[in-house]
This record gives sequence, structure tokens and C-alpha cells, in this order.
Amino acid sequence: MYAVRLWSVRRARFWEAFYRRFERAGLAAAPLLRRIGLDRLERPTAALERGVKGLLFDCRMCGACILSHTGMSCPMNCPKQMRNGPCGGVRPDGHCEVRPEMRCVWVQAWEGSRRMAEGQRILELQPPLDRTREGSSSWLRVLREKAPVSPRAP
Amino acid sequence: MSRVRWADPADPLPDLPGHSSRGRLERVLRSGRFAVTAELNPPDSADPQDVYDRAIVLAEVCDAINATDASGANTHMSSIGICALLTRAGYACILQISCRDRNRIAIQGDVLGAAAMGVANVLCLTGDGVQAGDQPGARPVFDLDSLSLLQTIRTMRDERRFLSGRAITTPPRVFLGAAANPFAPPLDFRPLHLAKKVAAGAQFIQTQYCFDLPLFERFMARVRDQGLHERCFILAGVGPLVSARAARWMRAHVPGVHVPDEVIARLEKAGSPKAMREEGKRLCIELIQRLREIEGVKGVHVMAYRQEELVSEIIQSSGVLAGRRARASRTSPRAVEARP
Repeated sequence: MYAVRLWSVRRARFWEAFYRRFERAGLAAAPLLRRIGLDRLERPTAALERGVKGLLFDCRMCGACILSHTGMSCPMNCPKQMRNGPCGGVRPDGHCEVRPEMRCVWVQAWEGSRRMAEGQRILELQPPLDRTREGSSSWLRVLREKAPVSPRAP
Repeated sequence: MSRVRWADPADPLPDLPGHSSRGRLERVLRSGRFAVTAELNPPDSADPQDVYDRAIVLAEVCDAINATDASGANTHMSSIGICALLTRAGYACILQISCRDRNRIAIQGDVLGAAAMGVANVLCLTGDGVQAGDQPGARPVFDLDSLSLLQTIRTMRDERRFLSGRAITTPPRVFLGAAANPFAPPLDFRPLHLAKKVAAGAQFIQTQYCFDLPLFERFMARVRDQGLHERCFILAGVGPLVSARAARWMRAHVPGVHVPDEVIARLEKAGSPKAMREEGKRLCIELIQRLREIEGVKGVHVMAYRQEELVSEIIQSSGVLAGRRARASRTSPRAVEARP
């Protein structure tokens, strides 16, 4: 929802801190989650993620979440799906070129970033999006990438 | 009407150490000369002569001709088609690639094809939204954005591989460019965004129309603070306004164009249509002269919408060529007038 999305960006600093704790908890639980099986967890986790992030950020489930790089403003809401910054068409009032009734996602991202402790992450280059990940859980992706597989795991 | 004889595919200039391309634009910029590029308005026709008629008037005052890629999301002859025609006749051109209409498979193929034809410069753009053009019902693609497009082509050129990792036997030798709009929000992020583009591979920058000099100067100051003016070549965008009405129309309908009220007032004061046209030209010449004085501006990019015939006069009167002979065509015999 648009209003909630704007609210979430205004509280970017809170969500940043919240996510950091959430990620830590997830990584701590990684051995257990791995035992259950990450593949088995994919569908329920993706559904939960879609529900929560959909409500808060109008998340589009790109499968490669970069909210913490974009001031908690989801770049997939940009009609051009810009993942590296605003296009040159932003209107003088800060609204979107394509959808004039909407604030530019990147104007929001820049404001959100300046509220965040690690707002400079907006400057990191994002590679082309892998579209095969669409619909999959970014939370589990982070877990797969960051939590080392324990040697005892089968 | 002059006719141009078709030549062989453009044979590139000899290699120079430290150069990414074998094109004229990179040479001019690296040698420290003030460069001029100009936009060719693509025809709504399948007649090559329509391209050559426009190219011939631009070529005498610019170092490379931009072939636009359905700018404003309006369908015209394609940029790759125009580059094919221009390189055949020996013109230096800049292939514009917009992410709006093609995905990464098509774009990477086009880059190889263009480089094979002798295109030495590529300008990476996101592209205006389809709502801005004559076919708002089209499906927007936007598989890549301008920065991931820059990274993609740089990977192809420098690492000799496609995005997939598959090897390229002969990489495309292209000088990579990007656009910048210092006049659109979020204003204080724009210089940082430029830094991102340079990090992604942009070697030259062509900006949106600069009508608001104070704003542009503030932008350039922040660009210099980051040292970006030494890491890329910035060409300031300029163009003649024909009338106050046209200026207002552009401001309202062309995405990202910022025309300050003072500029429109100045045109209005001129009065008659003819006087306004003259005033628009004078304004453009003045802007070029003032832009040239800004540290870090290494050239101008002229966008004269449907007025190619004015470009030569504007560039000559501005004095930016300082006696040097710019020519986007290699040597005269390559683009000669053929017998009818």
C-alpha cells in the first residue's frame, strides 16, 4: 500500500536496525533451518516474506532484495525498475515521470538512505537482476550466502 | 540535395595506447581539445538519403554524431540502422542504446554488431517511459538499467565475455558513455549518481539540456569535489529553442527537460517568430561560451530538434572549435557527393 510504503521509508532507520537484528537471528537459527531443509522452507518463507514486505514496502519479490541499499524504498516499484538510481525523467516536484501521482521511488530512496546508519550503501553498484529468482525468498538467499554450512550437515 | 556514395564499412583509426576505442571522439577528448557532438534526428522513413542529408550538415562541425534510439519513446529509424548507414559512409557515430525496448540478449548482440560495423562509441541510457511517446500501449522492457548496461558492455569489452560468462573472441572496442541530468530531483544525489555511472564504466557523459547555468555550476562544483571531472569527459547538453511556445512545450512534455522562466521570458521579449528564433540561437551560442569556461566541461553536445541546419552556424559562431577543423566524417572522399 502506497501510504504504508511512504511511512516505512520515513522510518528507514528503524527498519534498518530491525532487519539487522532479524538477519542475525536468522543466521543464528541457520543450523536448525538447514536441518529442516532450506528447499522445503522455500514456499512458506516466500509466502511469509511476500505478506510482510508486501505490506510494508510494496515488495515485488524480485528475489534479490536490496532494501537496505535503497533507503527502504523498493526499487521494483519504479516503472523502469531502476536498481542503481533515479532516471533523468523525475519531475520537478519529485514525482515519477511515468506515474505522476506517485513520488519517485529514488527520491524516496535518497531520503530514506540519509536517515539510515549505513545510508552510503546506496552508492554500491547493483548488477543486472537475475530474473529467474523472481518470486523466491530473499531471506533464504541471504541465509544460503552468509551462513556457513556446518561440517556435520549431510 | 546531395547524395552520398556508399563506402566500405568504416576502417578504424590506428590503435593508440590507453584508448578503449579506435574512434575520433575519444582521440579528440584525450588530446585535451574541446569536443563537439550533435544529435541526428532520425527520419520516419526507410530512405538512407534522409540520414545522409542530416549527417552531412552536422559532420562538418562535430566529432561524432549521436544516433538516437527512439528518444521520447517515439518510433523512428533505429539507432543501429542509422549507425550502419553512417559507418558505411565513414562517419563517426555514437550508438545510443536505451533499456526500454530490448533485453540483455538483444542488447549484447547489438553491441557486437555495432562494433563490427565500426561504431566506436556507445551511449548507455535507461530511456524515456513508453507513456511519453506515440505508442503508449507498448510493453516496456527495462531488463537492465543504464548502470547495469554500462557494466555489461564494459565486461564484454574488458573481460571479453558476455554477462553469462561465455567468451567473446574479439571484444567490442567501444568508448562508453552515459547521460546525466543535473536538473532533476533528487538534486543532491545527482553528483553521486554520476560517480556511480563512472564506477560502472562511463568514460564520457552527455548531459541533459543546460539552460539553468547556476544550477549546473553547483552540480559541477560537486563533481569536481569528487574528482570526477578527471575520471570522465563531461559534454554539456545544449540546443537552440525556436520559440517561447516550443520551450514551454518541451518543459511540459519532454521528460527531464528543465527550462527556467527567465529563458522563456527572454524569448518572449524578442516578439516576432523570426526574432525569437534568432534570440534562441543567440542564447544557445552564449550558453556554449559560458559552459566552456566551467572547469571540467570538456565539450558540448548539441541537440537541435529538427534543426540540424542551425548546428553548424551555432558551433562556428561560438568559437569553441578555436580554428580546429572538426569533422565526424573521416576524409572527404569517404562521404563525397556522388553524381546524380
